[in-house]
Amino acid sequence: MRLVIRNDYDQVSEWVAHYIKERINQFEPSKDRPFVLGLPTGSSPLSAYRRLAEFCQEGKLSFKHVVTFNMDEYVGIPRSHKQSYYSFMWTNLFKNIDIPAENINFLDGNASDLEEECRRYEAEIAKYGGIELFIGGIGPDGHIAFNEPGSSLTSRTRVKTLAYETIIANARFFDGDITKVPKLALTVGVATVMDAREVCIIITGAHRSIALAKCVEEGVNHMWTVSAIQMHPKGLIVCDEDATLELHVKTVKYFKSIEHVHQSLIGQENLGLQGELLSSEKVKRSVKLSRDMMVRKLMNAELSEEEDDDIFQDLRYTQKKRRLTQSSSP
Amino acid sequence: MEPKGKITKIVNGRILLDHKIVEDSYIWIQDGKIIDAFHSFFDNHQEPDTIIDAQGCIISPGYIDLQINGAFGYDFSEVDGPIEKLTQNIEFVAKGLLQFGCTSFCPTVVTSAPQVYSKVLPLLRHRPGNAQTGAEILGAHCEGPFISTAKKGAHDQTMIQSADDGIESLDRAYGPELLKGDTVRIMTVAPEITGILQVIPQLVQRNITVSLGHSAAKIDQAEAGVSAGATFMTHLFNAMNPFHQRDPGLVGILGASDLPAPKQPERHPLPSSTSPDGNRPDPRPFYGIICDGVHVHPNSVRIAYYSHPRGCVLVTDALAGAYLQPGIYQLGGRDVEVRGASGAYVKGTDTLAGSTVSIDHCVRNFKNFTRCTVVEALEAATLHPAQTLGIQDTKGTLNAGADADILFLNDDLEIQKVFVRGVQIELQ
Repeated sequence: MRLVIRNDYDQVSEWVAHYIKERINQFEPSKDRPFVLGLPTGSSPLSAYRRLAEFCQEGKLSFKHVVTFNMDEYVGIPRSHKQSYYSFMWTNLFKNIDIPAENINFLDGNASDLEEECRRYEAEIAKYGGIELFIGGIGPDGHIAFNEPGSSLTSRTRVKTLAYETIIANARFFDGDITKVPKLALTVGVATVMDAREVCIIITGAHRSIALAKCVEEGVNHMWTVSAIQMHPKGLIVCDEDATLELHVKTVKYFKSIEHVHQSLIGQENLGLQGELLSSEKVKRSVKLSRDMMVRKLMNAELSEEEDDDIFQDLRYTQKKRRLTQSSSP
Repeated sequence: MEPKGKITKIVNGRILLDHKIVEDSYIWIQDGKIIDAFHSFFDNHQEPDTIIDAQGCIISPGYIDLQINGAFGYDFSEVDGPIEKLTQNIEFVAKGLLQFGCTSFCPTVVTSAPQVYSKVLPLLRHRPGNAQTGAEILGAHCEGPFISTAKKGAHDQTMIQSADDGIESLDRAYGPELLKGDTVRIMTVAPEITGILQVIPQLVQRNITVSLGHSAAKIDQAEAGVSAGATFMTHLFNAMNPFHQRDPGLVGILGASDLPAPKQPERHPLPSSTSPDGNRPDPRPFYGIICDGVHVHPNSVRIAYYSHPRGCVLVTDALAGAYLQPGIYQLGGRDVEVRGASGAYVKGTDTLAGSTVSIDHCVRNFKNFTRCTVVEALEAATLHPAQTLGIQDTKGTLNAGADADILFLNDDLEIQKVFVRGVQIELQ
């Protein structure tokens, strides 16, 4: 599992948006081979969605051949309801990008047969050959999508009853009237998310720090369902400094040091998007320069402009994936 | 599903939505209306056919002028000539007003004889706006004849009357058009005239916005007029008693604190910091104000604005000679000197004959006089007049469901583009 730590929510969103952009561009999606992306709702991805919309408007990213699957949807409220996840995705992402409407997949909370709807959704994902990259966020109790504590870690798309606290918390969006709040939701299962070829979870804020610690440092446990990511071959967690507050100092230093080995000892230009070595040649970098950069990054110091570009060096789109060339700034 | 028209999407603009300027939103137009693209996208899988780049302009609803007596040499109260010629004149004015961003207006007819009303009111019925035929005619504004002789201004004294027989006096004065729902939208009356207070509720029932003006009413009579159902005031400060500390008169309505709860809450201003109850519509009416800097001193505009910010409605009260080249013209049987935007004067004197200001100029003046925000200046010429007539669902707003009457403005609120029902018009 990779754990990428950034200073604050904005930097996390920036990193995730860049990552998604590069993943899609390097995949070179086409009509017959679209990029299948799993998407969450909630506060975690908001800034990343805004950044993705900006990339789209600047022409750096196109969603024409991107197919999306959202994680969940409420049961019983109309699609056009202001609080439906449909509306959330429209307002925060879809209306600002060039995705064709037929590429968007959503669970239908008003289907007459909800079990059938869940089966249909799983079949639809399988039809596309599975999800290439699933983005997610978590709640303070470590749940992913609506897989609240106690959900089976092998669960698939199904109907879930919402927890009482969740209903109370949501009442503020439904004129404070509990009777108007949806009690059921359709959600992808833990296994559905983990079936994706890559999973990227955004975890920010001090209130999620305990969940992050449980998920990273302790065992795979159905009380913290996102801990299932430990069993995924390509798991990625992007978090901010506040979310690391409950992690051991050793853990934080370890994951930061990996990135800094990448940057200073191996060199960003030799690494692909997922940290894989692009060439077997060993690259010599001045030992003093490497050590200086490593120490400064560990101290979270400010870097100058050229040095800052290096942070996104591994995230830059190159024409051919395995070339060693220096590419231009994003 | 019936076939739908092409969709136009406006991007890169700063849109007046929900009393704010928002930058990350778009406007979708289909079949002359603003739509919520959510449905067209997800239900019909429709992509926009045309994308218009607003290049950072401020996007506002089209301006609405509730009081305009004529323009370009034509007078709405003029009845000499065949019907076709009069209709042509009205259309000429409607087209010309689009140049100033005025996409809807209420042609105003001053105190006249019954024959004039019966001839001219049918021509001023509600007619939708169109890029070819001009701005939308919302219906007529009948200013008089039930007004005060003392405050007649330039109106014909011989035609001024009182409502001794109640609503029948009005039906006799205006003719059968008064009963039709879409002809008379606003009526200016003086509350102290005999019989008017009793008539106001009946006018309100006929869906007519009752406006207090051309009146010498004292504060009690003025408040009685509001309590009876008046929801507008005609050109505040003009043709009414000046503010007096012991009897503020009509102007004093802006300081009223114990008016009854409005009978038509949706026709009253939204609550502001000066409203008696911050959660309910303001019991005070809207007030029209002429912002040419001549009819009302800028300081007076500011005082009115400070006391009742959300009730302000910008009107031009333009006379027939408005928007003509400066010079001497024969209008309404008098020689009038048009001095550009600063008004028209009786020839050879400095007596004001009428205003020649355009509505977009009023918006700019209002913003400069009061130092209000862009949102407040725009709403005074869009949302507030629409609320006065009760048409805020389709006019004066950029929400889904509204008519696509849209303006692009630069930072100085100068007009860059005008759209009527989604069609761009050519500006000269």
